[in-house]
Amino acid sequence: MTALTVGEVVAERSFQLTRDSLVRYAGASGDFNPIHYRDDVAQSVGLPGVLAHGMLTMGLAVQPVVDWLGDRGAVLDYQVRFTRPVLVDPVDGATVNVIAKVGVVDDAGARIDLTVTFNDETVLGKAQVRVSLN
Amino acid sequence: MPVNPDLQGREFPPVAPYLVGREKVREFARAVFATSPLNYSPEAASAAGYSDVVAPPTFPVVVQEATLAQLLAEPDAGIDFTRVVHGDQRFAYTRPIVAGDELTATLSVTSIKTLGGHSMVTSESTMVDASGGHVVTAISTLVIRGDES
Repeated sequence: MTALTVGEVVAERSFQLTRDSLVRYAGASGDFNPIHYRDDVAQSVGLPGVLAHGMLTMGLAVQPVVDWLGDRGAVLDYQVRFTRPVLVDPVDGATVNVIAKVGVVDDAGARIDLTVTFNDETVLGKAQVRVSLN
Repeated sequence: MPVNPDLQGREFPPVAPYLVGREKVREFARAVFATSPLNYSPEAASAAGYSDVVAPPTFPVVVQEATLAQLLAEPDAGIDFTRVVHGDQRFAYTRPIVAGDELTATLSVTSIKTLGGHSMVTSESTMVDASGGHVVTAISTLVIRGDES
């Protein structure tokens, strides 16, 4: 792999979420909290409607990095802070955009910083992926 | 009821071992929009040096879930499940999880903080394989919202 430059965008991807995506993630993860599939339950706890699982957003946001990395390295550490919900409309769904940029390059490899947005607002804070590079 | 500060430092008994299945890895991979052949194809995984399909980076949350359930069910914890919000999440990996792994997770509470009526409970689920080798530690902070009044 050629040398990385801090600030360089290494991957970018847009994800179209639907209510079906949330049901699929609920089954795959075992997180059946009804705020992720029932508007009435979401509204009863003061939410505007059904939200994506934070862990679904975290799970998909790292995928562009995984694909960029391929077998040239490994993910050593991955962290996020959940700062804003992703509201998933029953008809229009939700579009989540991910931009992965080089944050730090050092002897251990690199830190890739993710900018994850929905409706032009970031939904994850301090979203950082530490990778080793072969 | 506030969160019990005595929880800090508490270690729970290990949860029953979790056997990672190939189809579960594929199902989880589809759910997080993974496209890497390593997540789906044993042949691709094998060519890259793995014994079976590789789980996506956030797969350990499936195992972490059982350990957090222990915490929420702890009689003296004082954690009201209906007020819990996931604050942050981190995974520190020694190696990726692959199908066939038998993972044993042990939860310990590392920090309890109170801020503006909210409590923040940080815990670590340490996951080891059948030979006792470390695979990944999942670190999670749950925010327990205080009374609105």
